[in-house]
Amino acid sequence: MAELLQYLLSGVTVGAVYALVALGFTLIYNASDVVNFAQGEFVMLGGMISFFAWQAGIPLPLAAILAIIATASVGVLLNKLAIEPARGAPVASLIIITIGASIFLRGGAQLVFDKQLHRFPSFSGDDPIRILGATILPQSLWVIAGAVAIFLSLWLFFAHTLTGKAVLATANNRIAASLVGINPNHMMTLSFAVSAAIGALAGVLVTPITLTSYDLGVAIALKGFAAAMLGGMGIPAGALAGGLLLGLIEAFTAGYVSSVYKDAVAFVVILAVLFAMPQGLFGRKAMDRV
Amino acid sequence: MTLLQVEGLGIDFGGLRAVNDVGFAVAPGEIVSVIGPNGAGKTTLFNMISGVYLPGRGKITLDGRDVTGMAPNRLAERGLSRTFQNLQIFQRMSVLENAMTGCHLKERGAILSDLLCLPSSRRRSAVTKARASELLERVGLARAAEHEASSLSYGALKRLEIARALALEPRILLLDEPAAGCNAVETEEIDHLIAEVAKSGVAVLLVEHDMKLVMRISNHIVVLDRGEKIAEGSPATVSRDPRVIEAYLGTQGAEAGHALG
Amino acid sequence: MRLSRKHLTLLVLALLIALAPALFPSNFYYRIGALIFVNGLAVTGLVVLIGFAGQISLGHAGFAGIGAYACALAPGYLGLHPGLAMLLGAVLSGGVAWLIGRPILRLKGYYLAVATLGFGILVSMVLANEAKITGGPDGREVAELGLRGALATIGIGLSNAQFWYAATGLAMLLGAWVALNLHDSPTGRALRALHDSEVAARTVGVDVARLKLSAFVISAVYASLSGSLLALMNRFITPDVAGFLHSVELVTMTVFGGVGSVPGAILGAATLTLLPQALTVLQQYENLILGLIMMLVMIFMRDGLLPSLMRRLKGRG
Repeated sequence: MAELLQYLLSGVTVGAVYALVALGFTLIYNASDVVNFAQGEFVMLGGMISFFAWQAGIPLPLAAILAIIATASVGVLLNKLAIEPARGAPVASLIIITIGASIFLRGGAQLVFDKQLHRFPSFSGDDPIRILGATILPQSLWVIAGAVAIFLSLWLFFAHTLTGKAVLATANNRIAASLVGINPNHMMTLSFAVSAAIGALAGVLVTPITLTSYDLGVAIALKGFAAAMLGGMGIPAGALAGGLLLGLIEAFTAGYVSSVYKDAVAFVVILAVLFAMPQGLFGRKAMDRV
Repeated sequence: MTLLQVEGLGIDFGGLRAVNDVGFAVAPGEIVSVIGPNGAGKTTLFNMISGVYLPGRGKITLDGRDVTGMAPNRLAERGLSRTFQNLQIFQRMSVLENAMTGCHLKERGAILSDLLCLPSSRRRSAVTKARASELLERVGLARAAEHEASSLSYGALKRLEIARALALEPRILLLDEPAAGCNAVETEEIDHLIAEVAKSGVAVLLVEHDMKLVMRISNHIVVLDRGEKIAEGSPATVSRDPRVIEAYLGTQGAEAGHALG
Repeated sequence: MRLSRKHLTLLVLALLIALAPALFPSNFYYRIGALIFVNGLAVTGLVVLIGFAGQISLGHAGFAGIGAYACALAPGYLGLHPGLAMLLGAVLSGGVAWLIGRPILRLKGYYLAVATLGFGILVSMVLANEAKITGGPDGREVAELGLRGALATIGIGLSNAQFWYAATGLAMLLGAWVALNLHDSPTGRALRALHDSEVAARTVGVDVARLKLSAFVISAVYASLSGSLLALMNRFITPDVAGFLHSVELVTMTVFGGVGSVPGAILGAATLTLLPQALTVLQQYENLILGLIMMLVMIFMRDGLLPSLMRRLKGRG
């Protein structure tokens, strides 16, 4: 029982991170139809910038905010300098642009920062909290709380604000949205900024647990992408479900089966889900209109 | 003698009855037109008959065989061919290649021989090329054969789709608004082409908004309104039918009445 | 007689392969050339899958892994000659592609991407974790092909680098010939048709599922042969050959050079094989510049290097 709870807790923690990264994918995909493979670099930048700001003497909360703002600016620049100029390019070309961006940001981080692993202290100490025989790190609670806060505020944003509805409208039909006075480019910029900020926040929250380094982006983007597809690309609730599910599968596989094959089992489950539901768990079936 | 028989056909989209209980028959060499106001369900009907949509109700028989819900490629093997209202052209291929794909069923062969460019593969391609060129000649696109398809005008693309559909040597041809976007001369050409095709014994099922064209060439007309069949018969009968006039007047006003008259 | 485009392309490729060594300052360049050809072979297969049939794969390195480890393992475990092991790998890859392709290819776009990605990860994890058989993450030695020795006995003496330059160059040329054949064949037309409009392809009688599967199997065999050649050439192989990064690298090369074009994709393979080599001089700036070049080329030459260059040339002429 304690064992089960332990795996559940670690699964939810990891899953919360995946869900945040998947959400980043989903927001940008909705605004621009682009799957942004540089999403993992936003997470990396969040952790790295916080660490170096903190090391330079800035208090950690301030350093974290700085990192989130800086990463959001990188997201906006990425959109303005690379994605917007390429509007109308084939999807494959857009993917390569974001892969290029990912390599570029990795190279930049390696240059500006370094190639070491870094960690800053947990927000509320490192004494594990005991729950029914299982333990959880206070930092894990921060991660979970962060994910919950983000999902709640996004839900409020989309459901109750005009700007949120404008973003949804643009995702639905770019031309129709611009006809009713929405500027799709602004919506894209906004989506990149928010998406990068969410990635950075995830990076800030997990660094005390998993550490950060310039090259952690690829692995995290891979998982976030898989989680987003598992839930159904473009659907925020799908990102949440896909991320948590992926985290739980990994934790339980690592606990009960084999830790080396946890990724493999995760992908087998994803394949199985997609065979049964080709649009992901929450995706709607598309119909050919001819 | 009936080639295509449709009985009680219907489909719902999210609770909305898009098409309901539609039935009619088409014989070889006959031109049957489906008309009706916008949104009457004509294209949806075509999509069900050609296997693009799976019908919710009813039955389609081709040559006495039940083909309801059969995949489009299987229907093509049985001699059913179609064009699309919103063009479905292979944009990145040349005009000639577009027409050549219409011959797919005749030209397909062992993939290995295609990979190695064996004489059999070259022979198949050569036969197809000759056949496709003939068809392009017939629809007036021979001079554009080597152009990329995306460079053609709308009217020309419509004709290219007809050429591609004819390349299947169909027994029944479904044409979804072949004259839409064509000028008077082009419409006239398409008119002749359809008549010619029907004369060669092919059954033609036509959706068209150009009422003059429809009244001139159809043997039989089926009228749809809001997904249901409201009338059918010869052009003369249908154009006098009060329900038909109402359906058109109700939506499109005097202009339609004039067209029918 | 006027040369057809296919023959012109092959002639130019053959001349480039044959004449490039005249400019090589050292033996090392034969090796770079061979790496280009090995990648060129794999991306030619991806042109068939992505460029012709319009189906994405982020897991083709998995097939390269199968091909590579067939050459690494079959000689020891089954007593097969390395050359036959290469064929075995190709048959195995084709078979695996045929089995998993049926369910996977029902998926579209990014869903297909993530499913193929999952397949690639599975292969690379098995290779990395079944250390008793595969040697694990540290890799494993590969037997000598032996063909160079045989050539030497009939009087054709080549250095190791020269031999592999010629062998891989020939393989790539052969691969390009097959893909170009396919392009203008009935099957190739059907593949390109379903890329542009699946529904129209169906209505002309194309069995879309079957043809997508064929393209998937063909491209898997290309990737497998490329992996085998890499293993035999290096005489050593690690699970990285099947890794996600290698899959992404192959797709990047294909799209970068021009996804619908065989010579374009090969140009992409050449550029992105050479570029990191050239950029190593810049040491820590390598990633920065590589990423920047990728972005700039795709922004300003959105159809890929070769198609965009050709269009510009034609525009002037």
